[in-house]
Order: sequence, then structure tokens, then C-alpha cells
Amino acid sequence: MSEHLILRVVIKFLIPFIFLFALYVQAHGDYGPGGGFQAGIIFSVGFILYGMIFGLQRLRRVVPPHLILALMAFGLLLYTGVGFATILLGGTFLDYGYLSHDTVHGHHYGIFLIELGVGITVASVMIAIYQTFTARAEETTDENVGTG
Amino acid sequence: MIGIGLLLFLLLTATGILLVRNLFAVVILSGIYSLLMAGTFTILDAVDVAFTEAAVGAGISTVLLLAALGVVGQEDRGRNRRALIPIAVVVLAGVMLIYAVPEMPPFGSPEAPIHVHVAPQYIEETPSVIGIPNVVTAVLADYRGFDTLGEVTVIFTAGIGVLLLFAGRRRKYK
Repeated sequence: MSEHLILRVVIKFLIPFIFLFALYVQAHGDYGPGGGFQAGIIFSVGFILYGMIFGLQRLRRVVPPHLILALMAFGLLLYTGVGFATILLGGTFLDYGYLSHDTVHGHHYGIFLIELGVGITVASVMIAIYQTFTARAEETTDENVGTG
Repeated sequence: MIGIGLLLFLLLTATGILLVRNLFAVVILSGIYSLLMAGTFTILDAVDVAFTEAAVGAGISTVLLLAALGVVGQEDRGRNRRALIPIAVVVLAGVMLIYAVPEMPPFGSPEAPIHVHVAPQYIEETPSVIGIPNVVTAVLADYRGFDTLGEVTVIFTAGIGVLLLFAGRRRKYK
């Protein structure tokens, strides 16, 4: 791993900015291009970069697989939860206007919450897929080393 | 002018993807293809789509495909068969699409069917009803909230599917 010294140092500097940019895209989707989907992707890229440079074991220590699995479901549940909340408050499914006394504010809250749900699910699914693929790749290389 | 250059590079990249046998090169070329598409979308003023294409197509898919190459290896081991029927199907579909082009409304025409259906209402209502400046977000997250819920469900299902497939294989080995 010592041959990746420059990459390791640069990535350590870059990761906070990637997360910051992801949060900006997440929160700023109402005003500019972007939203939960793109933010989730960028957020997951921060973790995947970490995994590429420091290895799968350390990535798993940062984001354990069971946490990723729970977050995958949590994002989707948050989205549907907003839908059911609007039903309980007297509207129809995903009718954000009922989330607040002021309809416009209700729409703001609704869009913010469902974008958050999208971001969480997208980010955790991407990290999960990356972790699964690299775990499988490490297994196959181990097998090859063992037989060869 | 930039558009023509981008389309030319798109054509070159696509030809490269068809001809190259090394899968690593194919993955990198498809990343370049997505980046060129993102540039094209930017020229067409579709910045939200361009952003998504750059993040998903050029970014994460390339990384995930590279991770997948770690599992399957870099060489395309399939036999080099003649693909006459697929080529015939592709050419036929292409000819039909080109045949349909003159029937389409002129590019950017305000009378195009897509611009006279619900779009004017969305653009008119968004500032007062939803109160956010980005109409694209208003459409995706609010007017078409059901579709976005469906998309998130698709991504969730895809993730669960990958996890289940690989978890099943690992248990078989042990």
C-alpha cells in the first residue's frame, strides 16, 4: 500500500469536500440542478474512494454492512412514511400541502423529506453493491492464490 | 458547433466500444461516452439530466463496472460470432426511427405536443403553489412524486437483488 502514498494523502483531503458537495446538492435541489438522487451518488463516491484506497476491511469498519442494509430500507420507508403522514393529516398519498398549516411550507417540508429518503437509499445501495462486488473479487483472488 | 463535435466523439467512442475486446477499455470508453452525453445535455439546457448523467453514467457506473471486472476478469472470452440477425434488427429499427423524424415537430417548437399538455400548468403554478425556483425538482418530487417513489423502489430492489445473489453464492461455496 506504500506505493499509493500520494493517492492516500490526496483522497484524505478530498473526501470531506466530496461529502460537503453531496450535502450541498442534497439541500440545494430546490434552487439549482441536483437533488436526492445525485447527492446520494456523490455521497457514496466518498465512501467508495475510501474503500478503493484503504481496502474493503477498513470501509466495512466505517460503514458496517448491517447498517447499510438498514439505511437502504430506511430511505424508502421515509419516502412512503411521508405519503402515509399526509393521509393521516387528511390529504391523499404524498399530498405535501397537509404537512404544515401553510400549504407552500408543507410542500417545502415534503420535498425536503422525500429527497432525503431518495439520497439515503441511493447512497446506501451504491455502497452495498460496491462492498458486495469487491468482497467477491477478493474471494476469487484468494481462491486463485490458493490453487496457483 | 460544439454539438457537432460532441456527436462526432460520441460516434467514435461507440465504435471503439464495439471493436475493443479488452473489457477494462470498454468500461473506460463507456464512461467517456456518458461524459460526452452529459456535455450534450448541457448544450440542450437540460442541466438536471446532465448532472445525473455525469454522476451516474460517467461516475458511479464506471466504478461499479470496474469493481465487477475484479470478479469476472478483463478479457472478453466469448467467441467472435457473426451477428447477422442482431445487425438486421438494429438497422431496421434505425431506418424506422429515421423515417419517423420528419413527422416530429421542429426542435424547440413551442407547439410541440409535450409543451402544450401539462407543462405550462407546472411552470405557471410552481412559484405560487410549491414555492421553489427549480421546476424540474417540483415536477420530480411533487407533481410526479409517485414516479420518483417507483424509481427509489427500483434502486432498493436492485440493491437487495445484488446482495441476495452474492450472499447465496458464498453460502454454496462454504
